[in-house]
Amino acid sequence: MSVLVFVEGLNGEVKKSSLEAATYGSQVAQQLGTTVTAVAIGEVKEDALARLGEQGISKVLYDGDERLSQFVANAYVKVIAKAVEQENARVLVFSNSNIGAAIGAKLAVRLNGSLATNVTALPKIEGDSFTVTRGVFSGKALADVALTADPKIIAIKKNSIDITSGGGTATVENISAELTDADFSEKPKETVMQETDGVLLPEAAIVVSGGRGMKGPENWHLIEDLAKELGAATACSKPVSDMDWRPHHEHVGQTGITVSPNLYIAIGISGAIQHLAGVNSSKVIVVINKDPEAPFFKAADYGIVGDAFEVVPKLIEAAKALDK
Amino acid sequence: MKILVCISNVPDTTSKINFTADNKEFDKTGVQYVINPWDEYALTRAIELKEAKGGTVTVLNVGEADSEPNIRKALAIGADDAIRVNAYPKDSFFVAQQIAAVAKENSYDVILMGKESIDFNGSQVHNMVGELLGIPAVVPAFKLDLLDDSTARLEREIEGGKEVVEVKLPFIASAQQPMSEPRIPNMRGIMTARTKPLKVVEPTGADTKVDYVNYSKPEKKGGVKMIDPENAGELIKLLRNEAKVL
Repeated sequence: MSVLVFVEGLNGEVKKSSLEAATYGSQVAQQLGTTVTAVAIGEVKEDALARLGEQGISKVLYDGDERLSQFVANAYVKVIAKAVEQENARVLVFSNSNIGAAIGAKLAVRLNGSLATNVTALPKIEGDSFTVTRGVFSGKALADVALTADPKIIAIKKNSIDITSGGGTATVENISAELTDADFSEKPKETVMQETDGVLLPEAAIVVSGGRGMKGPENWHLIEDLAKELGAATACSKPVSDMDWRPHHEHVGQTGITVSPNLYIAIGISGAIQHLAGVNSSKVIVVINKDPEAPFFKAADYGIVGDAFEVVPKLIEAAKALDK
Repeated sequence: MKILVCISNVPDTTSKINFTADNKEFDKTGVQYVINPWDEYALTRAIELKEAKGGTVTVLNVGEADSEPNIRKALAIGADDAIRVNAYPKDSFFVAQQIAAVAKENSYDVILMGKESIDFNGSQVHNMVGELLGIPAVVPAFKLDLLDDSTARLEREIEGGKEVVEVKLPFIASAQQPMSEPRIPNMRGIMTARTKPLKVVEPTGADTKVDYVNYSKPEKKGGVKMIDPENAGELIKLLRNEAKVL
């Protein structure tokens, strides 16, 4: 019996959300008094994998098959299922990313296991009972869910676990699931990555978000400049993406992306309940709005009633003055 | 072209969420139910495809009788017929097995649903159905076109970008905006929906893999600290020294 963590790479490095998964997996292994192994697929550098030892991972199984550089669900599932068998894994930990959730669901069917996505905290384990807490009702509530089958497959919500460090170095071993061309029949035709400064919105620790109060796409440099100073990702409200001021993938809310950063700064967003549903698990919320009656202030930790075009330049100045 | 669209019956997006006194169940008192907003993108795209290429759109809901007003709404928007699997949707695996059973019986060319339901936010059912049926699941897709009678071209979101995928029919995809522009039923649609077939079937003897044992609500915020706009730079200092998030 062991714990297995699935690790995703980005530009050769391990994704932040996978470091969270590794930390979570190590802590579950401690609870169970067992070992934790990671499985990594695709283009991740070996030294980046060895550094997973910092999060308590002792061994990383790596499949560097070039065909796996693009996500192909069936092929990924086959590699991970092989790792599950080899390590006799009873608990599988993923990040609740598009890839993690997809593989988790397929594995749950293939291995007859229990799956919980959007998990926000470590499990409670008492005897045979294994319960996790997950976000439900679009962030408005939490549910305790008993995972009644084995293996237990957990996809953890981003930014819900503090990454630990201070462990050792992990050994890296190769694993191969002897994939055939048939396993790659659903290979994507094309992968197009957005141009970013390296901060992905769903993973970002800080998000600066603009709403209709920004008055037009030509003013977005204020949002972008503040985000740049803070090392943040940029986001927007639904009306802003509906009016094509910003691309849809920046839309945060109930029918857009759900984010849970350490800091969410909302500028010129009134705070409709559908928007709050996408951001309400952020640790600290700052609201800047001209209207003192904007409902968003009720959900905020810090607020400024004022004109974004006057307030934001002051914030950019103050952020520049910080010691980085 | 036979298209199946799976819809969930969920609390309206503006609903206040409460639980029964023992925190074991969702409290439906005073809650308005709607078609899961993500499923509406799937439904309207299915209707658009039918209008362009011909065929039928069947709506499927796994739910109890109180889902029927929203099933009728889907028929009013333009679906041709509906199937309700008469069961409380106990968990994702249970629902996936019901959908797979209906799909096996009727062999659809395309199966669509929203990328997740806004009540349980599982984002699991589409991939589970794909796995159960052994067909590709393209999740979450924001663009769907049929190239010919046997091939579809989709664009799906990945973290930090998008993928273009071509799949052979049959396949399953989950929808998110901007796949389509959801429609409001018109009077003619509402009238014809009353007589469109809605078949109720009993669930297959499927098992569940998880148990919901307890619900709670997140802790309330301690209140907002207001900062003078003239002195806005103070905020940055507070975020570093007090909130410790910078």
